[in-house]
Amino acid sequence: MNNNRHILSLLLENEAGALSRVAGLFSARAYNIESLTVAPTEDPTMSRMTIVTSGSEDVIEQITKQLNKLIEVVKVFDLNEGRHIERELMLVKVRAEGKDREEIKRTADIFRGRIIDVTDRIYTIELTGTHDKLDAFLEALGSTQILETVRTGASGIGRGEWILRV
Amino acid sequence: MQLSGAEITLRCLAEEGVDYIFGYPGGAVLYIYDAIFNQDKVKHILVRHEQAAVHAADGYARASGRPGVALVTSGPGVTNAVTGIATAFLDSIPMVIISGQVPTRAIGLDAFQEVDTVGITRPCVKHNFLVKDVAELATTIKKAFYVATTGRPGPVLVDIPKDVSQQLAEYDYPKSVSMRSYNPVLKGHAGQIKKAVQMLLEAKRPMIYAGGGVILGDASPLLTKLVRTLGYPCTNTLMGLGCYPASDPQFVGMLGMHGTYEANLSMQNCDVLLAVGARFDDRVIGNPEHFFQAGRRIIHIDIDPSSISKRVKVDVPIVGNITDVLEEMLRQLAAHEAKPDAPALAAWWKQIDEWRGRDCLRYDRSNTEIIKPQSVIEQLWRVTDGDAYITSDVGQHQMWAAQYYKFDKPRRWINSGGLGTMGFGLPSAMGVQFAFPDDTVACVTGEASIQMCIQELSTCKQYHLPIKIINLNNRYLGMVRQWQELQHGNRHSESYMEALPDFVKLAESYGHVGFRIDRPQDIEPAMREAFALKDRTVFMDFQTDQSENVFPMVPGGKGLTEMLLGSEDL
Repeated sequence: MNNNRHILSLLLENEAGALSRVAGLFSARAYNIESLTVAPTEDPTMSRMTIVTSGSEDVIEQITKQLNKLIEVVKVFDLNEGRHIERELMLVKVRAEGKDREEIKRTADIFRGRIIDVTDRIYTIELTGTHDKLDAFLEALGSTQILETVRTGASGIGRGEWILRV
Repeated sequence: MQLSGAEITLRCLAEEGVDYIFGYPGGAVLYIYDAIFNQDKVKHILVRHEQAAVHAADGYARASGRPGVALVTSGPGVTNAVTGIATAFLDSIPMVIISGQVPTRAIGLDAFQEVDTVGITRPCVKHNFLVKDVAELATTIKKAFYVATTGRPGPVLVDIPKDVSQQLAEYDYPKSVSMRSYNPVLKGHAGQIKKAVQMLLEAKRPMIYAGGGVILGDASPLLTKLVRTLGYPCTNTLMGLGCYPASDPQFVGMLGMHGTYEANLSMQNCDVLLAVGARFDDRVIGNPEHFFQAGRRIIHIDIDPSSISKRVKVDVPIVGNITDVLEEMLRQLAAHEAKPDAPALAAWWKQIDEWRGRDCLRYDRSNTEIIKPQSVIEQLWRVTDGDAYITSDVGQHQMWAAQYYKFDKPRRWINSGGLGTMGFGLPSAMGVQFAFPDDTVACVTGEASIQMCIQELSTCKQYHLPIKIINLNNRYLGMVRQWQELQHGNRHSESYMEALPDFVKLAESYGHVGFRIDRPQDIEPAMREAFALKDRTVFMDFQTDQSENVFPMVPGGKGLTEMLLGSEDL
């Protein structure tokens, strides 16, 4: 069975407990979960969630069905079924001293990252992109000492006219 | 009009037509109990343990088709109820559980009798609610009944903090409720049904496999009509028994781990399988790889999309309310010019009858020394004219009841099929008896299971419930012993029950009638005497053959047709 990566978009009621129902479903049924992001939408009664998971087609079908069964879940869509865009935000704090400072700045520029906080010894870099791009950036930092990374997990949206709403 | 949260709760229950609630009081539900005291529409049944409250509500629901209601206090009240809730969840039983919670200001502070009820019950309810504002209480209860009884049914819990039950609010019970996130599918897809009808009519070796969903959907008459219209063989799951009349010649018996030889072979060898309200679970199809070795086309009707293609890939999935789907199917069948393939069907029936000829449920009926447990069930069937409500606990006695009591009607067989909860039998029988006070209710149990909720004999006394308890007492955890014999080198690790009580005296001490039956010839007279006692609970303690095992049996991990038919196969 192929364990393909899937990115699922959910609309759910913005209610206490909705998140734990989703998270609980994944642990109870032993589904993989790579990342999960959630925040309220422009309609404050609704939250939008993006889950990155992996599994065979059968497993993904079950995950989608089981998510749909949760009473607070309004809609589920597997973004892999169409063209889509995904982005993840990462904040990286690195040791930036001496001649490294210039090199790190250049690397961040190449990746279209921004330095958002500076001390005489530290840069904090903000970077947005796909999972792969963020990984590539961390690799590109090479011997630079990474002090801390924070990643949000992916958020996804369909391309063009395709819209997920109630 | 301003009412307290507790009064609102009771008004809502009355509005929903609830006649009984099964419960146990405690600190967090005192306002609700006060409201119970001050009204007479909803009758409260005081059980002796919260697990029994939920099982009783469950039995009530299974027998009557109406949602069962249980009421428990916070903390240990809820944790005791969890087994009952999970039991109902696994069998998709419509139920509303109301639990007390510590006051809102105390939530999260490790207050006395506080547990995270919503968290603890989340994986074993269809949905649950914590009511934080009394103004939302009535709507929440309405939603709870709506969710519990629609779509694939299930238990719904409403957690009510003590201060919410005390506070006042304007009472207004909504006539209906809609939720944008919950829209159960009703009508099956007509195109899919058309494909299914075509496939059914092309079948050479058809099989109809019906489960608990048919009973939950009250679709037994339609299923029966479909089976008879087509002339195809029909099997039932443990949960589906009674949805097709067991005494009908087209019925090939229960299938699965302890199913009949003919049912399991038909299931394995059919070329078109129609699954109705059943979910291909591990106790039904045995080893899935073995099941797939035989090619067959599968049509699957279920109200829950997640039940379809979960364990078995199907060719024609039909999501919908079983009644609607079967009606449409019958309509299309009547209009179709093709008819079932008569010669192929005759050959198929000839084959099935050959399998039937193995008489897989035979046992030593001539034994005059020792009581064979199967014969107790056969006598029970005769003495009750096959028309009693039979609840059961879990183990060998459950399988014998399923195999030997021929259920001709739905909702007569009440057992914990999914979760397999020992202790379910007696309290669920109480619920059934409340739903049908004038009907015969018997609980088939064993000396181990009955002790898991034995305290409910006290409830039976308080409410004069004339339940007949059939205790198949073999002094063993029989099913555990059977597996130990088959798969664990006959090492009876902790499966022998020592120090059993004298059940006759025990029954008497609770104020009931107790019989001990040791000899085969005494089974029938004892039963006739017991069932003639229309106003008494009678505990019949049958001393049965200690070595008897349940056959046929598909051992764990084996294929459906790799059955042991008797001890000679061991």
